[in-house]
Amino acid sequence: MTQPEEELIRARQRERARLTAWLLGAFVILMFLITIAKMGLAK
Amino acid sequence: MTPALAQPNLPADWRDLLALTKPRVMSLVVFTGLCGLLAAPVLPPLVIGFTAILCIALGAGAAGALNQWYEHDLDAKMRRTATRPLPAGRMDRQAALHFGVGLSVFSVILMGLAANLLAAVLLAVSILFYVLVYTVWLKRRTPQNIVIGGAAGAFPPLIGWVAATGRIELLPVLLFAIIFLWTPPHFWALSLFVRSDYAAAGVPMLPVTDGIASTRRQIALYTLPLAIAAIAPWPLGLAGPVYGFAAVALNAAIVVMALMVLSNRATDAAGMRPEKRLFGFSVLYLFALFAALVADRWIVL
Repeated sequence: MTQPEEELIRARQRERARLTAWLLGAFVILMFLITIAKMGLAK
Repeated sequence: MTPALAQPNLPADWRDLLALTKPRVMSLVVFTGLCGLLAAPVLPPLVIGFTAILCIALGAGAAGALNQWYEHDLDAKMRRTATRPLPAGRMDRQAALHFGVGLSVFSVILMGLAANLLAAVLLAVSILFYVLVYTVWLKRRTPQNIVIGGAAGAFPPLIGWVAATGRIELLPVLLFAIIFLWTPPHFWALSLFVRSDYAAAGVPMLPVTDGIASTRRQIALYTLPLAIAAIAPWPLGLAGPVYGFAAVALNAAIVVMALMVLSNRATDAAGMRPEKRLFGFSVLYLFALFAALVADRWIVL
């Protein structure tokens, strides 16, 4: 594998890792809000 | 050399993963699902409603990804689909499969946790129906593929309603019937002016197997039960005059357009203006009809 190819792969991996981190963060917040809403419904 | 051979180990770009989910189709799915939810007599808390619509969108995206995974060879043969990530070689097939299965499971579990079990079951059935019944079983075997397969796209308003209420009632079943009956004329209008693509790919769409005249007759025939199902909520007392007047106007327009298709004699794509007009209007028709239903629910005359 050539140097530019390796750099391209690393760049794409970094981009996807960053996006995954954002999506996981959003998922955690969503689960928190769902829990709060469900607790409200249970009352 | 294909791009796939040129970039053998490159991880999929997130934009290609997004393209796998067929975002344009998803917009109609999300809209009808949202209308089903907003037309329900009770509304869930905002975050639950948002999550239900998110799950419908993710489920539709997952079904789209699995459809593209299975049909990569077919997509490569058609001009309209040849630039998709898999036929264009920008993504590994296995990555598409993992993405589709993962997203399916995630959307169903999240729907079950956030809304209710019945909505999750309906979402799972709609994904499996689209992938197994339509894509794998029917699409390459019968010209009725779009008739039966259309049921998969008819689920979102039903799922939206069930996510809000937890029950299946007559109105969401009619909404299901409307999309079910709308799908054949919508896709047959498209397949008339891109039939050479379908013929080249060996997909047995109605214009390829039964001819143009027969397809035009079927389009006209299907718009009649569609109009009945679409107007029915008004006389049945399930919707009010806001929906009723909109439904009558929209259905009169789609029946007239279908009759114009029926009277068209052109056999080349250039002469198929009535078909192109019907195809374009059918999308607007569905958006407007479902928007009218929501407006009817919220606007008191």
